[in-house]
Amino acid sequence: MRYLPKSPTDRELMLREIGIRSVDELFAPIPAEYRLKRELDIAPSMAEADILDWFRQRAADTAASGYANFLGAGAYHHYRPVVIDTLISRGEFFTAYTPYQPEISQGTLQAIFEFQTMICELTGMEVANASMYDGSTAATEAVLMAARVTGRRSAVVARSVHPEYREVLASYAKNQGIPLAEVPFLENGRVNAAALEKAITDGTACVLIQSPNFFGTIEDVAAVAEIAHRKGALLVVAIAEAVSLGIVKPPTEADIVAMEAQSFGVPLSFGGPYAGVIATKEKFVRQMPGRLVGQTVDKQGRRGFVLTLSTREQHIRREKATSNICTNQALIALMATVFMTVYGREGLKELATQNLAKTAYAVEQFGKTAKVLFQGAPRFNEFVVQTSKDPKTLNGRMLKQKIIGGLPLKKFYPELGNASLWCCTELTRRVAIEAAATALSPQKAKPQVVSTEVAQ
Amino acid sequence: MNRKIKKATTHVIQNEGLIFEKSSPGKKGYKLPELDVPEVNPSQVLGNAARADLGNMPEVSEIEIIRHFTRISTWNYGVDTGLYPLGSCTMKYNPRINEIVARLDGLANAHPYQPEKVSQGALLILQALRKALMEICGMEAITLQPAAGAHGELTGILLVRAYLQSQGNPRKKILIPDSAHGTNPATAAIAGYEVENLKSNAHGMVDIPSLEAQMNEDVAALMVTNPNTVGLFEQEIHKVAEIVHRKGGLVYMDGANMNALVGKVRPGDFGIDVMHLNLHKTFSTPHGGGGPGSGPVACKKIMEPFLPIPVVVTKKDGTLGFDYDRPQSIGRVRAFYGNFGMHVRALAYIMANGRDGLVQTTEDAVLNANYIRKKLDGVYELPYSTPSMHEVVFSDHKQTAKGIKTGDIAKRLIDYGFHPYTVSFPMIVHGALMIEPTESESLEEMDLFIDAMKNIAEECENTPEVVLSAPHTTRIGRLDETRAARQPILRWKPQAQSAKGD
Ligand SMILES: Cc1ncc(COP(=O)(O)O)c(C=O)c1O
Repeated sequence: MRYLPKSPTDRELMLREIGIRSVDELFAPIPAEYRLKRELDIAPSMAEADILDWFRQRAADTAASGYANFLGAGAYHHYRPVVIDTLISRGEFFTAYTPYQPEISQGTLQAIFEFQTMICELTGMEVANASMYDGSTAATEAVLMAARVTGRRSAVVARSVHPEYREVLASYAKNQGIPLAEVPFLENGRVNAAALEKAITDGTACVLIQSPNFFGTIEDVAAVAEIAHRKGALLVVAIAEAVSLGIVKPPTEADIVAMEAQSFGVPLSFGGPYAGVIATKEKFVRQMPGRLVGQTVDKQGRRGFVLTLSTREQHIRREKATSNICTNQALIALMATVFMTVYGREGLKELATQNLAKTAYAVEQFGKTAKVLFQGAPRFNEFVVQTSKDPKTLNGRMLKQKIIGGLPLKKFYPELGNASLWCCTELTRRVAIEAAATALSPQKAKPQVVSTEVAQ
Repeated sequence: MNRKIKKATTHVIQNEGLIFEKSSPGKKGYKLPELDVPEVNPSQVLGNAARADLGNMPEVSEIEIIRHFTRISTWNYGVDTGLYPLGSCTMKYNPRINEIVARLDGLANAHPYQPEKVSQGALLILQALRKALMEICGMEAITLQPAAGAHGELTGILLVRAYLQSQGNPRKKILIPDSAHGTNPATAAIAGYEVENLKSNAHGMVDIPSLEAQMNEDVAALMVTNPNTVGLFEQEIHKVAEIVHRKGGLVYMDGANMNALVGKVRPGDFGIDVMHLNLHKTFSTPHGGGGPGSGPVACKKIMEPFLPIPVVVTKKDGTLGFDYDRPQSIGRVRAFYGNFGMHVRALAYIMANGRDGLVQTTEDAVLNANYIRKKLDGVYELPYSTPSMHEVVFSDHKQTAKGIKTGDIAKRLIDYGFHPYTVSFPMIVHGALMIEPTESESLEEMDLFIDAMKNIAEECENTPEVVLSAPHTTRIGRLDETRAARQPILRWKPQAQSAKGD
């Protein structure tokens, strides 16, 4: 086996040193009756070339760059600068463990410190952690954190939060005895503030909204914060589309921001690995879940970084910890750090503005052939389209033109009828937008295959 | 330079500040394509939701980015650098083919919501991995959704709860041995259970009489790690399972240590009802400086109806798809389907090894740990004489006489060119040195390590101050962790940089 660095002679020698005849003796502690007496039902060892071929075939059976893709909904197709993979592929980064030993982990630690800083700059929060599993678990843990901070035990959740984030929250909250109240959205896509106000009680730990929300609509965060705070509840803002922070005002009025960083240079990869982040105010830091890196000095006064405030964590506090999280998404956070560095102060703004422009153009084009819902409030790079036909049928037709249409919403929002959620990023080409808009037209247009050569 | 330090030598290393300290207005590391649609004015489109500026975000060029991250990377130690004996973490080689296949266009750029019809390749990977892992565990159902070990634990305990609830009573408590990893009790608490501690016996194993006494109808499950965190196989695991089952409870296994068992014995065959795997340990997906991981949960048929949604199924027309219609499901634990990129890598690892390689891997992992145990026995104290599986735990008992603790020995190992072992865990061993070499180490590398450990033991006797003030060869010395916690500086700010940045 090519990954195993020992010759038969080495093994013999080691057995002799240990003082046994055969390696089987080392497995003697396992009661014989439970030992597997046959080979595993798994194919024998494969050559590297054959493995590559097998996965190439699977990749060929899965649509990707050859298609114009209008899906968003929590996973976004942005360009990934090539330096990201160059840098994260350095063995010193990707084959290291969690930086428990700071003297030989300063690379990871400094990169996390930079990540925390950039997330603070972008979200307007004072502290950010080293990462959570993804946006859905970050939002969930933010709600649990709000319950610890306030000592209250229920939450109010906007129906316009990503449906799968809400499902994850429900799985956790149920066993913590945290009831969840759902608040509807208005005609303009924003959360219904009057209903929200009514839903908040003395026992409400927090209000959870998403902005841009699942429909792409940007919420009036300040107004929601005012309502929540007036009633003694915290405001948790989830952000699924991180690129929006380049041009959308950060949710500074929030108490906790729960973010998905996938948009920052992380491959779509059929849904993961991504990276969640929790950012908050300094005063709540001791109730935060997850790892934190802090700056300190050595004896000679030289700057260095360490994992800190770990008395919040499971390895010290066990059942009293703020969370059970241990392994997080460090390498994905590093991807995001490199991405944020590449685009930086000006580039993120330019990039986000391109997303706005593509979306504004798409909304205009789609408006000619279908109904674009939720007018009257600003949106970032997603929008909901209502058609006379079932979007699944329309999508099926578009697939032949190598267009992957918007996400049909019937499963999540039956009340919206034949609606689908569309997304445009800087990678969406004008010809694709026009072709898709035409395809939505009730009069069947002649199909035209969209070339995606320049797309990633 | 100490002549006894054979593996490492000193070498010029670059200093590097924070990226913010290299930033200046007007530098750029990007170029966007020309916009092919009309431009928009953000303040017109967004009104007062438009953002004015991005504060202190850096502005740097591409070469500076490459140098910055390359330089700081050299301050790290990885499996690629050498033996990384961090016990319980299974720091094995991360095969490069895994990285190549995970980046193939169809896999890296597939959207989770794209139609199933055009996702058959990705679905087949999930299906193939599920099948292989169920076979390895001896289980009948599995979910790949959890993102790490602790997340798998939570999923597994929620399955226990849902199953028991369906039987009429979810019960109140989870029994956890005192040797368990911190995530176990933390998980039980999040799942809404009380934690009851179960003490280990003189051999470092579950104490059967205590289990008998503590097991009752209030206990939902026992969370057991096997081999346990001391590296010992729970020899009476069948009896343990029987005691729990007799009172209607279930046995959860923390599978962090499966590297000792793959192909040799299957948890499903020794009485385990539900367990998680760490693909980032046993199945070679990289740790990445702390993640991502992946923590699939395998279980017996009785818990299948409760698995998180969606579940991969073969549909009537023979194609693969997701089944969301599972009314008894515990719900979701994560958006989408889990850390798919890690599933791809783990499957590539299983294919590269095959059934033959997987068994050889297990044997080599156990052989390596026992070789180190044999060579260091007597140099460091072995708290338990019970035979070790894939890792060996010593204590610093012999060295504490000179005021030297496990943490000091660990720091001194850095000077010898190695990453430290796991320090002070498991908690049942006072001053633990937890060493897990994995199968990825050659005899030569292990001999260097053994040599280093022996030399350090001698230094503890003769020149304890050298050990107490280690490491001596790193860019920075031991850091003031108390100060970091008392006056937390958790982000960079333009003004308050008092410490010397180099
Ligand atoms: C024994 C044991 N259990 C559970 C865990 C938690 O796994 P993870 O870090 O993937 O959440 C670990 C590793 O950290 C472990 O060593």
